[in-house]
Amino acid sequence: MISYLPYPVRIDDIVVETEDGNLKTFKLVFENETQKKAWKHVPGQFAMLSLAGQGEIPIGIASSPTEEGHLLFTVNRAGKVTTALHQMHTGERMGVRGPLGNGFPIDTDMKGKNIVIIAGGFAVTTLRATLIYLLEHRQDYGKITFIYGARTPGMLLYRDEMKQWAARGDLDLHVTVDREAPGWDGLVGFVPTIAGQVAPSPENSVALICGPPIMIKFTMPPLEKIGWTDDLVYLSLENRMKCGEGVCCHCNVGPTLVCKDGPVFTRTQVRKLPVEY
Amino acid sequence: MPTINEKLTEEIRAKAKALLAEGTVAAVIGYARGSLPMTVKPTVVRTADDCGKLVWNSFCVLNLANYLPEVLKSVEPPRGPRDPKPEGPLPKVAVLATGCWSRNIVVQTQEHQVDRDRVMVMGVASRGMVSRRKVEANFAGREILAVEELDHDLVVKGADFEEKINRWSMVRDNCHTCTHPDPVLVDVRIGEPASERKNPNPFQQVDDIEKKSNDERWAWFTSEFATCIRCYACRNACPLCYCPTCFVDDAKPQWVGKSLDAVDTGLFHLLRAYHCAGRCTDCGACESVCPMGINMRMLTKKLNKDVLDLYGMEAGMQPGSPLPLTTYATNDPQKFIVTEAGAVKEGE
Amino acid sequence: MKVFRLSQTELDNMVQQWSQNRRVYRPAADRQQSAHADCAPGWERVAGSAPLTMAVGPPKTSVKTFLFPQPETMQTFSLKSSDPDKALMKEPEKLTEKQIVAGLRPCDARSVMLNNLPYREDPFYQANLARTVMVGFTCSAMCATCFCDQVGGSPMGTEGLDIAISQIDGSFVAEVLTPAGEELTAGLDLAPADDTDINALAARRAASPQVDSAKLAALKGRDLNRLYEAPLWKPLGESCINCGACTFNCPTCYCFDVQDEVVRGYGRRIRYWDSCMFPLYSLHTSGHNPRGRKMQRTRNRFMHKLKYFPDRYGPFSCVGCGRCVQDCPVNIDIREVMSDLLTVE
Repeated sequence: MISYLPYPVRIDDIVVETEDGNLKTFKLVFENETQKKAWKHVPGQFAMLSLAGQGEIPIGIASSPTEEGHLLFTVNRAGKVTTALHQMHTGERMGVRGPLGNGFPIDTDMKGKNIVIIAGGFAVTTLRATLIYLLEHRQDYGKITFIYGARTPGMLLYRDEMKQWAARGDLDLHVTVDREAPGWDGLVGFVPTIAGQVAPSPENSVALICGPPIMIKFTMPPLEKIGWTDDLVYLSLENRMKCGEGVCCHCNVGPTLVCKDGPVFTRTQVRKLPVEY
Repeated sequence: MPTINEKLTEEIRAKAKALLAEGTVAAVIGYARGSLPMTVKPTVVRTADDCGKLVWNSFCVLNLANYLPEVLKSVEPPRGPRDPKPEGPLPKVAVLATGCWSRNIVVQTQEHQVDRDRVMVMGVASRGMVSRRKVEANFAGREILAVEELDHDLVVKGADFEEKINRWSMVRDNCHTCTHPDPVLVDVRIGEPASERKNPNPFQQVDDIEKKSNDERWAWFTSEFATCIRCYACRNACPLCYCPTCFVDDAKPQWVGKSLDAVDTGLFHLLRAYHCAGRCTDCGACESVCPMGINMRMLTKKLNKDVLDLYGMEAGMQPGSPLPLTTYATNDPQKFIVTEAGAVKEGE
Repeated sequence: MKVFRLSQTELDNMVQQWSQNRRVYRPAADRQQSAHADCAPGWERVAGSAPLTMAVGPPKTSVKTFLFPQPETMQTFSLKSSDPDKALMKEPEKLTEKQIVAGLRPCDARSVMLNNLPYREDPFYQANLARTVMVGFTCSAMCATCFCDQVGGSPMGTEGLDIAISQIDGSFVAEVLTPAGEELTAGLDLAPADDTDINALAARRAASPQVDSAKLAALKGRDLNRLYEAPLWKPLGESCINCGACTFNCPTCYCFDVQDEVVRGYGRRIRYWDSCMFPLYSLHTSGHNPRGRKMQRTRNRFMHKLKYFPDRYGPFSCVGCGRCVQDCPVNIDIREVMSDLLTVE
């Protein structure tokens, strides 16, 4: 039986991620020990963040299941609920309902393969969860390529962690910004361009691509040129959600419910859907 | 002998066909036959050959001006949201219009929702539209399978009955009290013009409610709107309600709750009525489309009466005349703001 | 299965007796009356002894209001700063009070089972289903707008009913179909139906329109994208005014919206009916709306009922009650939509 009751959690820490202050990472800890122990999620899944009196919002889980004891959510301030959330302080209570959705196929299609992760902008959140999971189970996966781009250096998320990942020898990290910027000596170029330059061949590989639809649209041609096919590419769709459990139908894209059948889909599946997302 | 409405139907088909064939207009907004007795479907005809499906009868209760802005947009050459308007004149649209609908077109023009130069008003005087609900109530308990229209009667047929009833007795309340049946704008005349109708008190229904005591009025209001299911058919059928985001859909801040709470529902209807004050032509579409049979017209009718009494204005009667809600004159009556002691006398 | 025979008086007495111990609801005779009742528009609580008679066709509004009421409180909370439970979401008391809906038709009863497919795991729906007893009347005649047999039902159908009452030759023959129905009739002094009654009922059943699955099979077999791109959607979307009249009176439209409402520091999270015809339904906070155009929304509702739902769950999400056909302000007729879709290759 579905439970619509959110688990009570408290905000343990808030990190302002971006220069403009519009993205904050919230570290949430369970109030209830049993609920905390029972929580098991898969990278790529999302949860409903509940603010009493304001509403609920579906946000991808930014922390890996291997980061025990807490949950991380990186939230963009966009509307009514996210603005209220951004005004909250550590110690305050809110709710988490989940985990919801299907997550990336870390134990099935991805096992033993080379993984190419391509993230554009704010969509990198669940890919952080994925990358940390992969690194914690490094021997189960082949080569890991992580391509991440934001509009400006000030919009990059998880900068400190990126530095640590860059220093590791067991993954290829490529971080880019759209245009030259003072003080930035990393890669410059749109994510599709960089992806075209550094993406490896699809042999024994799987790609996870998350970003705005326009980024995905332009990233596919360079990949296809080097042999990538739709069935090897995993995308994460977004849509307006309410129940998150496949009942209220708000998130439908044609016959598919993004909250229940997704949000992770192969590009093959997405291409079969009517274009209303 | 064809009936009045059958003759009008033929004339509409012929003239619409000519307008489309000559390329004068790119589309004609009218009605087609409905799938149920006493119903019609609003339709947009874009080719001369298609005009055969246009009909005109006593069941044309929807206000076609409601479709005008979007059909005007639909005939423009496609362009992106940031592209400039193309050079040269844009295609025109023809629309059937009775008295009240034509007045709505005037208001739409005054409010810059519609470009008058792009509209060909096919003006047809209204003989009053029949209320499907009134007919059904008249035959309560018996299913109506067909209704044949004669000039002054309706022949109502069921599985085991056929009865003739007087057409005018089944006409809608707003049509009964209407004084402006003839269109105020006419580019193409259909049928004969009609003269203004005399009515010593078009606001009789409002007066009847105003005569009630406060308690009785409250009882009327709460029971009238108790069955509202917040479907917004009234709002969506109204040509005045074209706000990109209606106030009931605002979230920041949320003005009105969305559930069937009596206060929220009452607030929706009251506020919507206020937004229509002095702009409403009492076309009756709102009442005709309500699936629950609510008489929300009483609210707008009352406000129309107030605007007429206070400012002497009636919506859409004169193209170019000032709009009551956006006009401020120094001698505006202020009885409701200023008390006796400080009252400004008229003309001061 | 027990089958009883009742006169009108006996039927009314039975309903009266039920109403002594629990809430019994019937279709509202008069629109104004339901304003004072403690239930949704179109229904009224049985009080007094007015005979239970049924007009031809289904009641004005569907029974979904009893299983899926609006608003339905999902959680309550306090926002008082002094409250240690501030912002803690609490579930309301589970409703267990039994209620009886008397006077529904087989189409509405079937809708309960259809909605049960997506609501299988919904705790509120299941709790309401468990406490509601459905006493319905089969149809000896169909309205011009009834088409239950075309979408998987039939006028003499009993799916979803606990007691099915058929009017045969001036009397009523009541079939008690479930334990909940038996509980209602236990201890009542009712005359068992005799062979004449039972044969007459069977004959009526055999003679009434049978379930015709041709349309369902045909649409299930059609390619989704071809239906999606069919030419009929453009003119349909043009005349549709995107109100919720069809959705809200439809027994099988089950989408809901969730809102938090706070009054003076105390709040509740409620769900209430929503319609995919409203632009807000699919609007993202960013402003992007996947179904921002009217036509897309009109298409979505029909595609859901006639294609997406059957593909996922099996049957049409439509019981053929004809309410949408009667209520649509612009006379969009789902039967015409179905025939148009069936012409798509």
